[in-house]
Amino acid sequence: MSIRTAQFAALALLVASSAAVSDDVAWDWSSNVEVQSRLFARNALWPGQGSQTAQVSLAATTELRWRNGDGDQRASIIPYLRRDSVDDERNLVDLQEAYWAREGDSFELLAGVNTVFWGVTESVHLVDIINQTDAAGDIDGEDKLGQPMVNLAWQQDWGLISAYVLPYFRERNYPGIDGRLRTPIPVDTDRPVYESSSEQNHVDVALRYSHYIGNVDIGLSVFSGTSREPRLVPANDAPVLLPHYDLIDQFGVDLQYTRDAWLWKFEAIARNGYSETFTAAVGGFEYTLYQVGESAADLGLLLEYQYDGRSELEPFTTADNDVFIGARFALNDAQDTSVLAGVAWDTGTGETFFNVEAERRIGDSITLELRARAFSGAGPQDLTYAVVRDDYVQIQLAKYF
Amino acid sequence: MKLKTTIGMILIVSFALAFAATADASTPEEKGFEIAARSDRSDIGFGDSEVELQMILRNAAGQESTRTLKIATLEKPDESVGDKSLVLFDTPRDIEGTALLSHAKILDPDDQWLFLPALKRVKRISSSNKSGPFVGSEFAFEDFTAIELNKFSYRYIGEEPCGDLVCDVIERSPRYENSGYTKQVSWVDQADFQIRKVEFYDRRGDLLKVLELKDYRNYDGIWRAHVLSMTNVQTNKQTDLVYGDYRFGAGLSENDFVKGRLSRLR
Repeated sequence: MSIRTAQFAALALLVASSAAVSDDVAWDWSSNVEVQSRLFARNALWPGQGSQTAQVSLAATTELRWRNGDGDQRASIIPYLRRDSVDDERNLVDLQEAYWAREGDSFELLAGVNTVFWGVTESVHLVDIINQTDAAGDIDGEDKLGQPMVNLAWQQDWGLISAYVLPYFRERNYPGIDGRLRTPIPVDTDRPVYESSSEQNHVDVALRYSHYIGNVDIGLSVFSGTSREPRLVPANDAPVLLPHYDLIDQFGVDLQYTRDAWLWKFEAIARNGYSETFTAAVGGFEYTLYQVGESAADLGLLLEYQYDGRSELEPFTTADNDVFIGARFALNDAQDTSVLAGVAWDTGTGETFFNVEAERRIGDSITLELRARAFSGAGPQDLTYAVVRDDYVQIQLAKYF
Repeated sequence: MKLKTTIGMILIVSFALAFAATADASTPEEKGFEIAARSDRSDIGFGDSEVELQMILRNAAGQESTRTLKIATLEKPDESVGDKSLVLFDTPRDIEGTALLSHAKILDPDDQWLFLPALKRVKRISSSNKSGPFVGSEFAFEDFTAIELNKFSYRYIGEEPCGDLVCDVIERSPRYENSGYTKQVSWVDQADFQIRKVEFYDRRGDLLKVLELKDYRNYDGIWRAHVLSMTNVQTNKQTDLVYGDYRFGAGLSENDFVKGRLSRLR
């Protein structure tokens, strides 16, 4: 119901704005539906998770884009819908994009909902902070929720300055009590605690500078507002964790040096958090062997080290003292077949996370994606003990229209 | 006497050679460069262009798959600087919005950024992969990015009929690193100075691919081929690029070819 309302409102807005401009208006409409099934290797560990080892979800996205005849105004509406067979908390109605933008010679003003990515590294995204993570959607932190914003981007010879005013906060979603891949005690997302008395209406601000000088790409960023990462604090009155969203200031830097087949990458943050100011960093390289064995395929080798100096009072992270080793194999065929395999190993605790992602197009409009994930090496005192029985394989088919 | 005759012969031969060289005005290298330069410079001043095209991939069994893309180009008239280009994919739908921005250099590696719409992520990528296939096609990255005059050294081979026209045949060898080719042989017609055909020779020196450039159309003095057929003679795979109408002078500027723009293209 709400999604239909949103679509209708979007359509009305687009039709209204297009009526005001001349011919040559460009519309683009596309959609996709996907079915995803997760097969877990073992029964769940924690109370409330149920006995099923299969979990199926359906998701649909539609993209409606518009650009005016002069080409200086554009708008976009991208609703996203997901329904899960087991876990209600994985159900989602989201607007990934719903904005209007106006371009000048060297600036662009954008108002509405958008998704923005910052950063360069592969194994963890420290600097990226504008959008909330759809943590129920995937554990890799790469699924995001749309963020309401006013964004002014200003392009000069010496780089791009992008300023953000973020008037509304999106809460992180978490798997519910029925779901897998969750904390031993579930997170009650209906009872968030905010440091700001304005709660979700606190206005966050952010500024980013990005440019490149020869082989070096650089990004500098600052964010002030409500942390996208909550602390998870046990409730006094029920066996649940409550998300506590603190006000933070965070400075970020991301660098990439590109030379021959080498990409050297580095990201670091300093955050004035709940209890202290801490730093975190990730750095490493990606080296690609092109046309291995005289085939058309490329093999990329990745190595990154993750450091995080935060205390246990801050939102927890698993990427605190870990080595990530990965390989990316791209066939460069007509079906865009690729495989990414990686291992993240905590040098302190020995916890290890294995991840394989493979994808391929079938025909012109279907994609098949396989993911396999496994966890090992965690003792009962370790964070990833929470998911110790949640090794799984995920098969996802998507159809594009 | 004998010595004198020899000296005389040498003198005569030398004069003859010198005369021949003057008549021809150049060495084969100079003549090759002249022909390539005349062809390359025939579109000087086009400013900027936009075009939509279909890329049709065909495997040895004849199975086809199609990609549609848009290419925007900003001319850099200075021949010591490369053009800037932006490739935006429309289909297949799962890669819709994927974009590749290239700042071509002459001998140094190009600067390239890739935009991945699923993550909204802009990635600086290595451009040393000159010889790798461009999006699974028979075109390598080095075939697809701007062909700059000074990226090659040239040698004139001779002239041959090509269709209804007469072509100069010149050999060009990449001067930049990481090329997949030892040489390319190109046929340039003597009427409009456009490239009609190119043969690509691999690192072993064997013929690898043949490119035919067809359906040339004239836009107020600027020629553009509208069908480019690349056939890999070693695998029998083929890729056709079928272009729509070019739009010149669309008023594109440097700010349309910056990495910060990649997330704002659609």
